[in-house]
Amino acid sequence: MRFFRQIAAIIQKDLAAELRTKENLSAMIVFALLVLVIFNFAFELQGVDITVLGSGVLWVAFTFSGILGLGRSFAAEKDKGSLEGLLISPVDRGAIFVGKAVSNWLFITAMEAVTLPLFAILNNVSVPWFPLIPYILLGTIGFAAMGTLLGAVAASTKMREVMLPILLFPVTVPLLMASVKLTSGAIQGRAFAEVSNWFSILLTYDVVFLVTAFLVFEYVVEE
Amino acid sequence: MSRKSDGGLNLLGLATMIFVVAGLYMAFLYAPTEINMGLVYRIFYFHLGAVAAGFFAILVVLVAGIFYLRTSSRAWDRVAEGSAELGVVFCTIALVTGSIWARPIWGVWWTWDPRLTSFLILWLIYIAYLMLRASARDDPRVARFSAVFGIVGALDVPLVIMSARLWRSISPVLFQETAQGFTFGLTPEMVQTLVVCITANLLLYFYLLAQRVRLETLRDEVIALRRARAAN
Repeated sequence: MRFFRQIAAIIQKDLAAELRTKENLSAMIVFALLVLVIFNFAFELQGVDITVLGSGVLWVAFTFSGILGLGRSFAAEKDKGSLEGLLISPVDRGAIFVGKAVSNWLFITAMEAVTLPLFAILNNVSVPWFPLIPYILLGTIGFAAMGTLLGAVAASTKMREVMLPILLFPVTVPLLMASVKLTSGAIQGRAFAEVSNWFSILLTYDVVFLVTAFLVFEYVVEE
Repeated sequence: MSRKSDGGLNLLGLATMIFVVAGLYMAFLYAPTEINMGLVYRIFYFHLGAVAAGFFAILVVLVAGIFYLRTSSRAWDRVAEGSAELGVVFCTIALVTGSIWARPIWGVWWTWDPRLTSFLILWLIYIAYLMLRASARDDPRVARFSAVFGIVGALDVPLVIMSARLWRSISPVLFQETAQGFTFGLTPEMVQTLVVCITANLLLYFYLLAQRVRLETLRDEVIALRRARAAN
């Protein structure tokens, strides 16, 4: 019970800090919108079948914008010295990880909640909410878990802003592939049986790396 | 470093040399020429050896990473670092030789075939690992960071392979063709050559790894001696 109260306290802290300024979330949303706009011109999306390219565009917007938020998450803790405070307080290291991962997941999901309708409007594509939203939520779990772990690593290095994408992208390739395939399957209205293999890869990724990140996180933050 | 372990190292070096020379002889002269592909197929003896060493290296990074986190012993960190560096070398050899082979056989330098894709991602994971080490060099926690990233990267590899296979299964032409070409139709001489060449590459990997670890150990000793002298 104590463990969950600690997690809740950390999430509450992150949400309170973000709601006070809304800096991070607004930057993420603006960035995601910019990615959509850039892709529109880069690929001339008006002329092509958006159901084919759309899922890729959407996930590039999600991951690039998500990385902005993930990078800030631990950088802010480091700069203000609040990470030391967290480590000194009698909080389980696992609870710190879960708390940070959940709040990162919430921020990225909030950004996606704005980006997805914008994507649908800008590209005149009807989005099937039902299978798509669970896919996006699940895909974001693995991304937030890995991003939290590697964000903590990158925040301690010299080139932190550059380091996070370099570390995070190679290891999220399977997740990205699965998410893109599931999303395009949903947009094209394919049956679940056709994409169920991708769904198992997505679930496997989420489970494997949630557990791994949870287990190794203490080694990353410990001084 | 005692003289005894140096002796072991020399023995390993000798074995590596014998296997490399035997492998070269067998790959160029002993193994018969493949009917469909001609002489160019011989690059595969070098290619598959590098692939084996490239994959083996990430396994060593994983195991050394886990042991480092358990024991905090500097030796495991040296093994992980050396293995990642060699991983880059062997992966690069595998990618380049694969590309040279693919040009005349498939008509392209590169294709997003599942094995090529997986190997490219593996290569990128190694590169990211080494960049992380370089970027956090002054931090005393660099060994822990890289152990964590090494573990995560190694666990990612099976998932990358699985998803790359699934990705291409929509247009499985290339995959089928190559699977036919390489799992079947090998003569006994070819199989023997392949075994010798893969062994040679793995021995070379171990020899270089041992040398790399030895170098790093000596470097640590020098630093310790300098500190001791400065303190006096």
